[in-house]
Amino acid sequence: MGSQHLDFTANVTEALADRQLRANFKSALTGLMKKRVAVLPDAAERERMRDDAEAAKRKALAKLPELLERLERRCTENGIIVHWAETTAEANEIILGIMRSHDATKLVKGKSMVSEEMHLNHFLESHGIEALETDLGEFIIQLNHEPPSHIIVPAVHKNRQQVGRIFADNLEGIPYTDVVEELNAIARKTLREKFRTGHVGLSGVNFAVAETGTLVLVENEGNGRMCTTVPPVHVAVMGLEKVVESLSDLPPLLRLLTASATGQLVTTYVNCITSPRKDGERDGPKEIHLVILDNGRSKMLADAQLRRTLQCIRCGTCLNHCPVYIRIGGHAYGSVYPGPIGKILTPQIDGLADKGVLATASSLCNACEEVCPVRIPIPGIIRRMRTEAYDEKGDGVVKGHGAKKNLLETLVWKGWELTYRIPALNRFVVSMLGRFGDKLPNVGPLKAWTSVRTAPRFASKSLHQLAKEEGIRHE
Amino acid sequence: MAHTFTYPRDVKTVYYFGTCLVDMSFPQAGMAGIHLLRRAGVEVVFPQEQSCCGQPAYNSGFLEEARAVARAQIKAFSRADWPIVVPSGSCAGMMRHHYPEMFANDPEYFDVRKFSERVFELGDFLHNALHVRYEDKGKPVKVTWHSSCHAMREMGATAAAKALIGQLSNVELVEIEREYECCGFGGTFSIKQPEISAAMVADKIEDIRATGASAILSGDCGCLMNIGGAMEHKGVPVAPRHLAEFIWERING
Amino acid sequence: MSSTARDRIFARLHAARTTVSPYVPQGGTWQAPMLDKDQRIELLKKRMETVRSEVHVLPEAEWSAKLVELLKVREAKTLTYGHDAWFGGALRSKIKGKGMPRLVPYGENAEAFRDELFGIDVGITSTLGGIAENGTLIVWPTPQEPRLLSLVPTVHVALLKADTIHSTLAEAMREMRWAENMPTNALLISGPSKTADIEMTLAFGVHGPKELIVLVLE
Ligand code: SF4
Repeated sequence: MGSQHLDFTANVTEALADRQLRANFKSALTGLMKKRVAVLPDAAERERMRDDAEAAKRKALAKLPELLERLERRCTENGIIVHWAETTAEANEIILGIMRSHDATKLVKGKSMVSEEMHLNHFLESHGIEALETDLGEFIIQLNHEPPSHIIVPAVHKNRQQVGRIFADNLEGIPYTDVVEELNAIARKTLREKFRTGHVGLSGVNFAVAETGTLVLVENEGNGRMCTTVPPVHVAVMGLEKVVESLSDLPPLLRLLTASATGQLVTTYVNCITSPRKDGERDGPKEIHLVILDNGRSKMLADAQLRRTLQCIRCGTCLNHCPVYIRIGGHAYGSVYPGPIGKILTPQIDGLADKGVLATASSLCNACEEVCPVRIPIPGIIRRMRTEAYDEKGDGVVKGHGAKKNLLETLVWKGWELTYRIPALNRFVVSMLGRFGDKLPNVGPLKAWTSVRTAPRFASKSLHQLAKEEGIRHE
Repeated sequence: MAHTFTYPRDVKTVYYFGTCLVDMSFPQAGMAGIHLLRRAGVEVVFPQEQSCCGQPAYNSGFLEEARAVARAQIKAFSRADWPIVVPSGSCAGMMRHHYPEMFANDPEYFDVRKFSERVFELGDFLHNALHVRYEDKGKPVKVTWHSSCHAMREMGATAAAKALIGQLSNVELVEIEREYECCGFGGTFSIKQPEISAAMVADKIEDIRATGASAILSGDCGCLMNIGGAMEHKGVPVAPRHLAEFIWERING
Repeated sequence: MSSTARDRIFARLHAARTTVSPYVPQGGTWQAPMLDKDQRIELLKKRMETVRSEVHVLPEAEWSAKLVELLKVREAKTLTYGHDAWFGGALRSKIKGKGMPRLVPYGENAEAFRDELFGIDVGITSTLGGIAENGTLIVWPTPQEPRLLSLVPTVHVALLKADTIHSTLAEAMREMRWAENMPTNALLISGPSKTADIEMTLAFGVHGPKELIVLVLE
């Protein structure tokens, strides 16, 4: 289900032609970039936080099986029921089973990217269950039957007029308005009613602490607290990489997550859930389920470079800083995770045959790596995706490795290698270009280049020649 | 990824790695770099067997070809352990940071690392290792600056370039908005994703135009070829200039 | 089914051990600054006010008078609280008469109380402490003061004793021995509920309280 055919080129053409979309993205993301710097003003301190955050996540990955076992043990002791799912289909079935065992037909959802990865809403709806997004951004796009375009601000591509129209068209008795305060009030009224009457609440997990069996959720709106407190049953879903060893790992991770995601020092709520309602307590769910999803993650762990993908804390700042994402927006990627993190995560989950093209959509400018709070070497892993897509040596490990292998490109690069490895050949080719360079046929790569640029010019004398003529010592 | 490098002292001789693009299309910029180094009292050695750092193949997924070409460069610069100065932040970043990565699991890893530690970007080297001083002999002019992503993020060379420009008393430097953003070149990216690349360079040109500068300077010919080619195509009258060539002209009047 | 899924997942996780020797960089280098008591109060107030919380620092004896004043301006009709909270008695004796809201102690349990709760104007709670570094209240709900008190009413009033404000989150975790005592639900709260999901325009009170009022008691 995750791997529908992706026509990336068509998506890009469409996105680039949409001026409104580009304007919406540019203004929102530029704002987020500025807020991030404002809340992390001291570069040296920021780097120390990144040292700690990176170390906490890499330590957790180094001990992943033990920590997951400990998490499971602690959660179970605390009364949380733990489930394991190898695939998104299994995870969906588990949640459906929980719903059925309570005769529940109404699910209220807090924000969860893993549930997007599972296409949970669609699955539950096909089984007659209402799955309602309650994060305002998610609520807006769900009403409009769209996927999120950003992992933190899912409706960032919509302006207030568009939101006003979506509300007026989809909510009963709501007239059009484009006043933000009024739009928020409409959402508040509609959704508070849903919280009050929901049967099961679903949430994601930002960090799962093995030491205490605690699920940590950060949020600003309060819908996450509503979903995890008001309904009698709470289901939390997480990718298995979300576990950290101890509470003391949290301070730098929390600080950087919120700073990177929204430019805040801290969110409105940091919600730490350790058990269902205990005897004598008067509210909170009586039952908590934790669904831990693999979906290709355990495979990434087996490779020293690829495992670093699992450090991701889904802050979204690599999207905000990506010159490609800023211009084409999230939907063009045709995947749950867009932007730089999507370029490395999606091909690993869905395979290079369908999603390998995403890795070509990068100029390798390194902006993402520069800001990633846990220092994932994203450009390096993008290169790895490209290398795996051709898999020349036949030692690829990513699903669909070698899918892009073709004779033409192989020959071109072989020719390139010879030209630059063998000095005499290099001299010959460079001098030929100098002589005939302006007569190159305007096809293929050159045509792509010259659609918006003049053709490259080749000098009549190369630097090699000029240096020699000027008597520059050559050894 | 930007590191603080240890710069050599009392430099007498350096190697010069011209890069394939400078060799083919911007040899005058390459020569200007050599002249600036010699003017600072340093002997320049230009091995004729040099060609390309290997980045095009490396970034395109053809690791084996990139490694073969990288090996040829390492060999060409192996007769002495002089610093290797490169008039491109991108190629310098490739040789400084990515060579060790490419050979991380090979027996030659430590030799490669020693090679890599000798690699410097030209402007950075002139400013931080040779401490050059320039006297401007040109007419007043307004310019703007574009750092290649790798000059900025891998070689940390932006501040040095601006310091050099700052020494030229008749040159006014106007910074562009979103200076940190990629111009859309990205080597084969501009060919694999031509539409996105075109959108990026179009925005970059708008930002350049808004400065009112008559020239756009950069330390990387890849960006200059991209930005310059797009400006020419659109008829934007701003001259793309390599930093070395620009400085050399200013100090010679 | 899920137990075999578990086995297969763990088999892969353990097998990864044999292919990768994990390198773990050094952590533990960042720490937010430690502050003295006045600085802690001042920073907490400043941090909380920037996210639109209303903070009043006052002598402990004056809190109920202040509360009366705050409730009057807001013309609150109903106020809910934990009957057995430390301030419960004082509340009952001071908040009464003309212009004061009706006191509604949090009922037996949420199932019975929920519908009424969703219509209440003000909820008041105690706190276990505060954190100056990030401007948050530490709230660990109890049987006496359940979780929804600080979430559902339109206004949340929190009483914070000044000497329970910590410099940093790490310090609070250590001193309160979180690792040994994690409650059902531990919360950090920095301000009223908010969102910027529409055009990045900040708006308050999207699902939870529209206002957070903190009385710091010295
Ligand atoms: S890859 Fe890094 S920057 Fe991107 S979402 Fe994940 S943690 Fe954030």
